[in-house]
Amino acid sequence: MENSVIVIGGGISGMTAAGMLALQGLSVTLLEKEKETGGHLARWDRLFPDRRKASEVLDFAREGMKRVNLVTGVTVTDISRQGREFTVVINSPIPNPQSPTPDHETVLKARALLLATGFDLFEARKKEEYGYGIYNNVITSADLEDRFKLKKGILTSEGKIPARIGIVHCVGSRDEKVGNLYCSKVCCVTGVKQAIELKEMLPAAEVFNFYMDLRMFDRHFEELYYEAQQKWNVNFIRGRLSECAENPDGSIIVKTEDTLTGKPFKITVDLLVLLTGFVPAGSTGDIAGMLGLVTGTDGFINSADSHIMNNSTDIPGVFVAGAVKGPISIGEAIADARAAAIQLAIYLNSPTPADD
Amino acid sequence: MKLEGKRLIWNEYQKEIADDNYFYVRSCVRQNFFPAAEKTFLRYMKEFGKNVFENPSHTTCSGIGYHSDIVPIETAMTMVARQFALMTESGYENFVTSCITSFGLYTEILDTWHHFPEIEEKIRVHLRNATGREFVKPKNLAHASDVTFKLRKEISKAGKYRLVNQNTGEPIRVVEHIGCHYSRMFPSKGVGGAEYPYVLVGMIEEWGGEVIDYPERRHCCGFGFRQYLIKANRGYSISASKKKFESMKPYKPELILTNCPGCPMFLDRWQYTISEMEGITYGEKGQGIPVLTYEELAGLILGYDPWDLGLQVHQVPVEPLLDKIGIPYDPERKFLDKDENSIGKPKSPSFLKFY
Amino acid sequence: MIDFGYTITKDRQLDYDRGDMRYYRLVQSLEPSVDVCMECGSCTATCSAGQFTEFNIRKAHTLIRRGNTESIKAELRKCMFCGKCQLVCPRGVNLRNLILAMNRAIELLG
Repeated sequence: MENSVIVIGGGISGMTAAGMLALQGLSVTLLEKEKETGGHLARWDRLFPDRRKASEVLDFAREGMKRVNLVTGVTVTDISRQGREFTVVINSPIPNPQSPTPDHETVLKARALLLATGFDLFEARKKEEYGYGIYNNVITSADLEDRFKLKKGILTSEGKIPARIGIVHCVGSRDEKVGNLYCSKVCCVTGVKQAIELKEMLPAAEVFNFYMDLRMFDRHFEELYYEAQQKWNVNFIRGRLSECAENPDGSIIVKTEDTLTGKPFKITVDLLVLLTGFVPAGSTGDIAGMLGLVTGTDGFINSADSHIMNNSTDIPGVFVAGAVKGPISIGEAIADARAAAIQLAIYLNSPTPADD
Repeated sequence: MKLEGKRLIWNEYQKEIADDNYFYVRSCVRQNFFPAAEKTFLRYMKEFGKNVFENPSHTTCSGIGYHSDIVPIETAMTMVARQFALMTESGYENFVTSCITSFGLYTEILDTWHHFPEIEEKIRVHLRNATGREFVKPKNLAHASDVTFKLRKEISKAGKYRLVNQNTGEPIRVVEHIGCHYSRMFPSKGVGGAEYPYVLVGMIEEWGGEVIDYPERRHCCGFGFRQYLIKANRGYSISASKKKFESMKPYKPELILTNCPGCPMFLDRWQYTISEMEGITYGEKGQGIPVLTYEELAGLILGYDPWDLGLQVHQVPVEPLLDKIGIPYDPERKFLDKDENSIGKPKSPSFLKFY
Repeated sequence: MIDFGYTITKDRQLDYDRGDMRYYRLVQSLEPSVDVCMECGSCTATCSAGQFTEFNIRKAHTLIRRGNTESIKAELRKCMFCGKCQLVCPRGVNLRNLILAMNRAIELLG
């Protein structure tokens, strides 16, 4: 049986789109490089702004994928287009190959592709002056989610309950030094969410968020910020982290400007959380290269038109959904994936596409 | 502290340092501040069989004037071009500077010429018109601390002493301070980069000491050229050094190691000045924290006589450090010159413990 | 002590580790709405006293928040209690009472 659609990437966008396409009666294969689907969402404990469990959203998406042919643990090694048909080569044998090929790879055919390769988290180590990977008590927002998930409590590397915790916004975002001029959009609200979660777990701890702007862009986000201040007494210091140092006891010295008083500001925290931003997934560049797709200077895929053709690309039959196009929240990613599924289905049902 | 994390960064900032045949240019000020440092470099380089050539016609690079806002960049570039011409005429291609600001300026100029070849051409014309000279750009540019870093294992092997307290067996606790112009402008041009420079750390580790990572290690010593050179600004300079001393004091450092002309001068002299202004000292028992250049430290490790290294002109006495390591010295000879004549003895400070 | 002709400048860094938080804790208990300030500066823009003096109600409250009350003790006396700040505050901070609370904290804690 020939695939109607191959979806590349099994994060929330790819899962949602694949499920929607399959529900419309199309035969869909989803390719995921990891062993499990779920992408970054699988690592997250709870979601902003209502702190609902990430696993519930993931379960919903998995439920919708029952009719999707799921292939995990594979990497796409080649893509080519012949008229309205695509040939996708993956690096692993799968049962029932559609055509005889060497043992180490499988060739798949499809009439349309959906790219949902998502994003990677910015590698915090690149901000050398923040000391991630050097100072034991500097962790990332993703590391913090791991700890939330494990439910073993929040402790410093010395095994102490932290009395003071810092949360640093814009790590790897809005930063020409690391080549990322863009805003990663969801870190602000994640920082506020994590501040509240930390206060829920450790009411006696002082929590400080170091921010440049608080971009509370969506519904209920500003209210979450208000709640963080009013109910949880979270402190917000307007100033970008300049550098960290480690005290002999393992605590971290943070240096920013307090731009609201116009003075250099120094504070010692027991734990420092870096809100690492989005960078294009490594596989996005590879796949864009195979297809000849254009990426922006930021490395994310450019859609055909950012307003009215935001799920199409310049190549007929190649569609995009989710964070492959740039930073996006879970709710937005799901809506975007559904929109992409509809656009793609319309394309497949159209007898004479304008681009043929 | 996870050392592996730092090693990952250090691995990313490896620079090429020539093996031999160096054209050496001096600093304007170091021979006054630390009179035997450069001489010591030449001494151990010779002992290790390295060829270091000095052209007597070489001058200042003018970086000190450039950074004091009195020498325009075109003039500085032409001065630097002349230094390169002397190197070329002498048959060398590996350029080594004694001064960090020179190193920074040379690096900055080579980078500028790389991006704007028309400027290089203009400077070539200036040099030709002024002196009739031509030059080839160096194949390798290094600071003398880079070269010493490259030799650190040989120095350790040939050394008579280690950075270890002979009474306790504990490593000597060392603060390292890198000159701002070493790698901040061009992190890739410094061993270990800009945030965690490895050039001095590598020497300290190799010679047996323990490196102290204190919060204000990145802070400037406060020299800042105009900050010190104009007396009315000196308060800035001393305040910057004081910020560093206050920050390092809780870690009980026993030595400050530097690779810049200005830093050892100010980290050393300001300890005296602060003690006279505020009665504060930063070492053990009313002592200061001894400050050494990497050449002086290499000389001590190699067993050179402390007074031949010029350590008697340091403001903070180095004797406590020599005692800890077990380096013998003759107190009677401290203030004698090479012909055994007295060079005069300074007045005892009011607070800083003197020997 | 020797006069070298220059002085050592006091570090102007706000060191939160050495801050005196007693003032802010008291202010918070006297006027809890202070917590939701988002530092927009509307209060300062409209402040009668701020037009003619360096008085900056937003910044003054922030300095107390950072444990640096010393620098603004005299400043707070400049308020004329006209109440314009409170009219414009988008977060509903009770600014008139906040001024009273800050002055009260200084009175009680010295």
